[in-house]
Amino acid sequence: MLMEIGPIFSALRRHRLTASLVVLEIALTCAIVCNAVFLVGDRLAIADTPSGIDEANVVHIVASDIGRHGDDHARTEADLAALRAIPGVMAATISNSVPFGDTSWGSNLNLAPNQRTSTVDVKNFYGESVGETLGTHLVAGRFFEPTEYVWLDDLVAGKAKPAAVIVITQGLARHLFGDASALGRSVWAGSSDTEMRVVGVVDRLAAAGGVDRSDVELTTLMPWRESTSVGGSFIIRSQPGQADRVLALAVETLKKIDPRRVIVKKETYKAIRDDRFAGDRAMAGLLVAVCVILLIVTALGIVGLASFWVGQRRRQIGVRRALGARRVDVLRYFQTENFLLASMGIVIGMALAYGINLFLMREYELPRLPLVYLPIGAVLLWLLGQVAVLAPALRAASVPPVVATRG
Amino acid sequence: MFGYYMELALRSLKRSRALTALMILAIALGIGACMTTLTVLHVLSGDPLPGRSASIFYPQMDPRDMKDYAPDQASPSQRFPRQLTWVDGMNLLHSRRADHQALMVGGQVAVQAAGQRMDPFLSSSRYTTADFFPMFGTPFRYGRGWTSAEDDSRSRVVVIGSDLNDKLFHGEDSTGRVIHVDGRDLRVIGVLEPWRPAPHFFDLNVGTYSGEEGVFIPLSTARDFLLARAGGIQCWGKGSGDESTLESSDCAWLQFWVELDRPEKVAAYRDFLSHYAAEQKAIGRFERPANTRMLDLMGWLDNEKVVPSDVRLQVWLALAFFLVCLINTVGLMLAKFMRRSGEVGVRRALGASRVSVFAQLLTEAGMVGLVGGIAGLLLSWMGLWLVRLQPVSYAKLAHLDLTMLCLTFVVAIGATAIAGVLPAWRACRVAPALQLKSQ
Repeated sequence: MLMEIGPIFSALRRHRLTASLVVLEIALTCAIVCNAVFLVGDRLAIADTPSGIDEANVVHIVASDIGRHGDDHARTEADLAALRAIPGVMAATISNSVPFGDTSWGSNLNLAPNQRTSTVDVKNFYGESVGETLGTHLVAGRFFEPTEYVWLDDLVAGKAKPAAVIVITQGLARHLFGDASALGRSVWAGSSDTEMRVVGVVDRLAAAGGVDRSDVELTTLMPWRESTSVGGSFIIRSQPGQADRVLALAVETLKKIDPRRVIVKKETYKAIRDDRFAGDRAMAGLLVAVCVILLIVTALGIVGLASFWVGQRRRQIGVRRALGARRVDVLRYFQTENFLLASMGIVIGMALAYGINLFLMREYELPRLPLVYLPIGAVLLWLLGQVAVLAPALRAASVPPVVATRG
Repeated sequence: MFGYYMELALRSLKRSRALTALMILAIALGIGACMTTLTVLHVLSGDPLPGRSASIFYPQMDPRDMKDYAPDQASPSQRFPRQLTWVDGMNLLHSRRADHQALMVGGQVAVQAAGQRMDPFLSSSRYTTADFFPMFGTPFRYGRGWTSAEDDSRSRVVVIGSDLNDKLFHGEDSTGRVIHVDGRDLRVIGVLEPWRPAPHFFDLNVGTYSGEEGVFIPLSTARDFLLARAGGIQCWGKGSGDESTLESSDCAWLQFWVELDRPEKVAAYRDFLSHYAAEQKAIGRFERPANTRMLDLMGWLDNEKVVPSDVRLQVWLALAFFLVCLINTVGLMLAKFMRRSGEVGVRRALGASRVSVFAQLLTEAGMVGLVGGIAGLLLSWMGLWLVRLQPVSYAKLAHLDLTMLCLTFVVAIGATAIAGVLPAWRACRVAPALQLKSQ
């Protein structure tokens, strides 16, 4: 086996151009496939970002009331009471946003009053018992007491004093206070610098709207009661397995209370998640498709060139066979040749893969390509080469020795 | 001569069908992938107002307080709020220094036609001022836009989009009819032709590739009725974001566009803006050092990075894919031409010059390119059809236009010809005597 490498090299040197084209093609394919496989994994991981809520049983309804009918608070209470009375409903409320939904409300959060630059930008969830209704998990402290809530519209109109309590996520707690306990600490929120004391920490609660992946856990719960007239939408948690039934009944109930109400959106939580990550999944699918086609094209290219070489070297093969080489030796020859070409391609391809990754990191803020993807690409290309060369190599092996005596 | 080369090429291509098919397939796949992604990029980064966009500008200023003021560290996007406050917007609007100027914000309203039994439904809305229509050149099917006088008198009028007119009035001339907007009566004075600039440049907050608006209402009228506002809002200081007091709050929530048709006017408007900001700073309304900016339409889109980064990534991917396909084709063509060294040797020995052999082989490569290009075009049609099925906001915009169609062919034939140069050059250099001898 080892002894054959010498002749193979000198044969390749006579076909420098063709050989380097194969090497280049394998290198590019290797580089693209490494990065694409990595991107696919990355996109699928993004699409699986946990929301921290009871996804299977949460449904969401956006309703719009035409005109204004006066007593907003009473109407909201009536809506919620009716929803909570539906059999199968565990909890219902109105919230300003849902994790991974379209609408997000943000503010800055500071560790001291009158800070010159704010500590962190967070996304906030408002609404009565939003944490409980969504099914988020407390890891420390408590959710809000009923007496701590004020109506959001009263608050912005300056008619109510804000309650000085806040619940934050573990991710935010770590961002603000490091490993120290966040419970009982104060933060100052928004441009009005309202002091709020952390009374609870939930394990996670994903932000809504388009946020960077690193900021998805930087969220808070604030004790403001929401109504549909200030941009809130209904969130309902059903008993396990009843989400679809509850969603239909809830819409019916809301329409019954006010037939002029427009139901803008009614969706299960799965629909919200699918909607948010549809682009990532589509991109992952596209990358997989491109990889497969790319590998097929490369394989066919190898088949084509190997066939050409076999055709060109029929006489030499015949001579070797006549001089005593076995079929398996001829087969080995072409397999080894392909292995060498693939190896050269893979070495260049890995350097190229790294380069492409650097470019992507700079342009698209992607993470660094983990080294484990390089051997995956290498093995893939080696296998591909061997499979592609098999048919032409077998054809070469079947060249009879008598060819040497002709022409 | 060319006809003869064509015939030779056809004959040669027919002789090795599998190899020819493989080359055509590789070219077609590469072209298809490239053209699909480039078309999407072309559509998404296109000019929403061709012929007009160079004279449309977006003035900006920084009216915020000193909190978080860090001019050195701030990224360009943080140096200005993306929108204007009501006070600044109204001041600029009423100063009338530009050829046209319009202040606007988006929203969502429930719509119902008077005297119809149809349930009310939600429609996107735009609250703006008179110049919106002439400035952006919106095409009217019926009626007209409103006048500045109607802005000032808070007229109860509305211009509706073509979709809404089809839905409510079956496409008839509905001027003079009344529609209920959030329960208020507004008289239709104009109906637009289908009009959907892409990107939705004048207000990216409501979606970069947002569809056409259903109703256009005078801004003053909309504020009278407190019609629901949609889009971004940025508040500072004591700005609370309370919808009923937005006129006086420290919040930026309005877009303001101007039309300036000559460079002198643009320079003059820039001066006017910086004077305005300096004046506001002098009277104490602005706290930060006076800072203004005015980008033109395409500059603004660039600044806001409207093209999704995934689309650019896809273009890179397709280009890399095309490169592999081309290398593949070069390799195969080289193999094919070299196999015909004998034939080339005979032609050369019979007196064909090296140039004519080269031309002959290049003709063959060009034919592969042409067929590959046509197949690639079909593939990009299919690719774009697949793109339109994607669950993204810009999906419906992905159509092939004439520019991209021509580009497809130029790229396909050009690329294959280039791919053919190297193999053809190698093949035409064979020494005829050697070839003849070995046969």
